[in-house]
Amino acid sequence: MADESEKPPTPPAPAAPKPAAPAARPAAPAAAKPAAGGEAHVPKAAAPTGPPDPPPPADAVIPAFITSLQKVVPGTMLSLYLGDWTVIVPASHVVEAALHLRDVPEGAFDYCSDLTATDWPPRPERFDVIYCLYSTRHRHRVRMKVRVAENQPLASVTGVWTAANWLEREVYDMFGVNFTGHPDRRRILMPDDWQGYPQRKDYPLEGPGELLMENPIDWLKLRQARDEADIE
Amino acid sequence: MFDTSELVINMGPQHPSTHGVLRVVLRLDGEKVVDADVIMGYLHRGIEKLSENRNWTQIILLTDRMDYVAAATSNVGYCETVEKLLQLEVPRRARYVRTILCELQRIASHCLWVGTHAMDIGAMTVFLYAFRERELILDLFEEFCGARLTYNSMRIGGLPLDIPPGWDKKVLEFCKIMDGKVDEYETLLTHNRIWLERTKGIGVISGAEATALGMCGPTLRGSGVARDVRKDEPYAAYDEMEFDVPIGTAGDTYDRYLVRMEEFRQSLRIIRQATEGLPEGPIVGKVPRLIKPAAGETYHAIESPKGELGYFIVSDGKSTNPYRFRVRPPSFCNLQALPRLVRGHLVADVVALIGSIDIVSGEVDR
Repeated sequence: MADESEKPPTPPAPAAPKPAAPAARPAAPAAAKPAAGGEAHVPKAAAPTGPPDPPPPADAVIPAFITSLQKVVPGTMLSLYLGDWTVIVPASHVVEAALHLRDVPEGAFDYCSDLTATDWPPRPERFDVIYCLYSTRHRHRVRMKVRVAENQPLASVTGVWTAANWLEREVYDMFGVNFTGHPDRRRILMPDDWQGYPQRKDYPLEGPGELLMENPIDWLKLRQARDEADIE
Repeated sequence: MFDTSELVINMGPQHPSTHGVLRVVLRLDGEKVVDADVIMGYLHRGIEKLSENRNWTQIILLTDRMDYVAAATSNVGYCETVEKLLQLEVPRRARYVRTILCELQRIASHCLWVGTHAMDIGAMTVFLYAFRERELILDLFEEFCGARLTYNSMRIGGLPLDIPPGWDKKVLEFCKIMDGKVDEYETLLTHNRIWLERTKGIGVISGAEATALGMCGPTLRGSGVARDVRKDEPYAAYDEMEFDVPIGTAGDTYDRYLVRMEEFRQSLRIIRQATEGLPEGPIVGKVPRLIKPAAGETYHAIESPKGELGYFIVSDGKSTNPYRFRVRPPSFCNLQALPRLVRGHLVADVVALIGSIDIVSGEVDR
């Protein structure tokens, strides 16, 4: 009798969250993500709000391709750190800026050597998308940087550099940056049905468990129930 | 009615010629490849995420696990990036030893490549020959740092240990042995009719297209683009070395093969110069006890055996771990060209092409 009365309560405890998980999944990519990112994330008090992006000193010689870029794309900001030039362009002009850097003869950045992102959660435009460009003709580099908010669409540069295809897929996979006009926007390193974006700062290092990304409290309960079951 | 629809087959993930765990979904029309979709991630260990939660020194060990057949170059690339962030001067002797290690590693990696690539295509002998010489390099590495595969052979600011006594002589001895061996591989392959048949005109890609696709290293140079980070943006002691950058003309599998064979010789040339001119002096620069670079970010690239290996690292200036750690993996960027390369070729050529772009799954997936 004692066994029977004990057994029924235990299965519902782990089983109760399980139906909830598949139900939440189809809607998750569209609906649950912004909520999870916006509410659940509580940054530490000292969480940095962005890279310093130091402006170039007054006596720095600004390369010609940057001065011409500033004319084409208004609102371009400059940064010089450790000898590397960075141009920060508005997200709405990313393709224009990319085309300019590729086609202007003094720039000729025909090689997109890297495309990645950085997550700064306290900032409203939380992602920095960084394009590391190189010119095989002039053998010089520049970094182009774009700031985007979560779910803010960012035009894909696959039309400018074919190399951006997989690199943007990786940024989408790892950060959830919403690239528009991408020919093949799928996850690349993580499984197709993965929930959450692992490189975000609010993503736990230990991985998502089953429910962690959607409902951390249920996930904790589930884990406790499992641990107890193991002990029994 | 005959069914004329296309056939979809899976190659991998467990296929001996995919060099790790890589899955290629091929759409075939008869025996011709219409399209290919590369599916990866089977070896994803989240090295970038992991690195963001380790301190600066612990990461050196993780970089070993990316390109595990060329661990020393990954170590050098990471350490140089952090040194750039710290604005740290590395002693000349350390830079020379780094150059020697990088080039030894390049030869070891190319040995593995020529062996497996030839074996994929059906030439068994080269595999055994190349692994024999690779063993000599691994012995040199074992003497230098005690490990044979994942070396952890660098420290931020210099080297963990000076080279053992007599090691430089052994390196020179190895160069003497290797000189003849490269010719030996070439005798087996370069004019071999079967080899020519299997590699010439397979996977032709123009220089402009390869550049746009982000291909790098010998794979890009095979298409006639003289892009070599060692020459263009010298690091370690490459600015003091004399060497040529071999480039191909046709941009096919055969040219990529020839470029790598010539790189063997150029690497030996660099090793000789660096070993003979090895300066005396300290092996570690003035490294702060607690490594904590000022807030800022940087990108630094080196030429790994596979191509441009870049690190993009952001420091927030507060914590003892990087805020963002990003690797630009050359294998990943080269693999992106695979669907473009295999289109229109036979199924058997897919194997040759995967070999010719020289990927390591550990680095593709990280």
